[in-house]
Amino acid sequence: MTTTATQAPDTRGTGAPRGTPPARRIPRHRGAGIWTYLFLSVVLLFSAFPIYWMFVVATSTDAALAEIPPRVVPGAMLFTNLQEVFSMQDVYFVQSLANSAIVSTVVTFSVLFFCSLAGFAFAKLRFRGRNALMVFVILTLTVPNQLGVVALYILMGEIGWNGTLLAVITPGLVSAFGVFYMRQFMVGAVPDELVEAARIDGATTMRIWWSVVLPAVRPAMAVLGLLTFVATWNDFQWPLITLGGTDYPTSMVALSDLASGNYVLYRRVLAGALVATLPLLVMLFIGGRQIVRGIMEGAVKS
Amino acid sequence: MTTQPHGWRNRLLRFDLRYTPYLLIAPFFLLFAVFGIFPIVFNGVVALRHWRLDDPTLTGWAGWANFERLLADDAFWNALLNTFGIFLLSTVPQLTLALIVAGLLNRKLRAQTWFRVGVLLPYVTPLTASTLIFAVVFARDTGVANWVLSLLGTAEPIDWRAAKWSSWIAIATMVNWKWIGYNALLYLAAMQSIPRDVYEAAAVDGAGPWRQLWRITVPMIRPVVIFTVILSTIGGLQLFTEPMLFQQNAAAATGGANREWQTIALLIYQVGWKDLNLGYAAAMSWALFLIIVVVAVLNAVVTNRLGGGRR
Repeated sequence: MTTTATQAPDTRGTGAPRGTPPARRIPRHRGAGIWTYLFLSVVLLFSAFPIYWMFVVATSTDAALAEIPPRVVPGAMLFTNLQEVFSMQDVYFVQSLANSAIVSTVVTFSVLFFCSLAGFAFAKLRFRGRNALMVFVILTLTVPNQLGVVALYILMGEIGWNGTLLAVITPGLVSAFGVFYMRQFMVGAVPDELVEAARIDGATTMRIWWSVVLPAVRPAMAVLGLLTFVATWNDFQWPLITLGGTDYPTSMVALSDLASGNYVLYRRVLAGALVATLPLLVMLFIGGRQIVRGIMEGAVKS
Repeated sequence: MTTQPHGWRNRLLRFDLRYTPYLLIAPFFLLFAVFGIFPIVFNGVVALRHWRLDDPTLTGWAGWANFERLLADDAFWNALLNTFGIFLLSTVPQLTLALIVAGLLNRKLRAQTWFRVGVLLPYVTPLTASTLIFAVVFARDTGVANWVLSLLGTAEPIDWRAAKWSSWIAIATMVNWKWIGYNALLYLAAMQSIPRDVYEAAAVDGAGPWRQLWRITVPMIRPVVIFTVILSTIGGLQLFTEPMLFQQNAAAATGGANREWQTIALLIYQVGWKDLNLGYAAAMSWALFLIIVVVAVLNAVVTNRLGGGRR
């Protein structure tokens, strides 16, 4: 799991004995000076600014938003604006938040379940066609979703699911990326000897998956779960197509509805956006380390 | 030792070894086939048919009619131009800045985790929400963007939605904002496996930070650079949410009063779900796919050369 962490000191270690004594300092420029911190702080400010601005607008009055120069401190209207969003009759915002939560939760658990099963088979079991099927899964990663959207809409229409949450959930139940990610992780994190030992003890394949593999890959499950939840919560195009115009869309579609009148009240729109963003900010706050590690590991191995 | 239960067990074991792998991958492939692969294949059929939502009687094969119409459609060529304009304005600065940020994050830093998590803020923020914020930031009279520019000395406020160039810049800014941090983390991961003595040798030879970045870092992380170039090509050519919600009346999906920033993905939505012509929309999505494949391959080849591929 910590391939990168264990490899990096290794290479440095082999480099040191050759020629230069280990006591010598590494060259200056590799360390971080004041400019590094300054530049990175600007990057952080740039990253955080829109979120801060969302908060400013969400707490302001209409009059405050028309001021020049713009007011850069939050106002006191947050609760009024929130109340307005939540009590609207034409866009049921609370219900849309609940829908987003349902869709994201179901999709996340489904992806974790099916992808850890398939990933286990691809990583640790031998069967005919294994390599060909895995190559196929990887190839499909490069095909854009856009290509299937029209046909998916027609398919959902035939089944009669358009306009329901089922249409949003079902295409997300499995993910090729999830299988790929779990496989990569299991190859390294679960020793073959462990699987063999469990077999000799009489464990069935399913049993091995449950009691040997899953406990060993818990960190990868957490990362895949977080990434899947974030992606599903934030998905917009497909939910818009299948749920657009219904009374109970997901929160992302509800936001676009809020922004679709001829006269848009941005303090109200961004109060809603703030609420819809909050769960993800909390997730980043709690699982930030894991998310960073997950993204970086995916990069090195692919 | 009784042979009876042993044999039974043996058979069970053999069954388990031989068939359980297929049971494990079956749910994935079943769901993936129905909701992932079938639509893509079926999309090809739809593209070759008449398929109008407002006129169900108009069915049957259209042959290449949808594609022929595409070639003569001004809206399509306009959308293609917009897509490429925004794509160039977003991909190049995005990956360059990501490289620089990664280089800085790779130094010995205090509060390292804090910086790394911080650059992911845009990544977890819903695109819908951030685009709506930027729509306010890029307002003509009361927007922060124009206010900052006025502090820097521009004479008149820019009407960001009035011209192609200004709307492209606004949308590219949203894309750059969203993806710089994510790409920086991908680069950082690759950079951490570069042995340190390579830099030491280069420093002894008198190479400054910039030279080191372009001569050592970029060539050594080339596979990840190519990966991000392909990823951002796929994403950049499919832009949908940003151009749709940048418009003040989002539901119109025209990308501006005169389609100033309507991308192909947005045009597909307009043709399919506003004009209700699904057959034509499917044809467009195939065209978009072909364009993406061509551009991604071209980009990968060029990047491979740039990063010192001749060695």
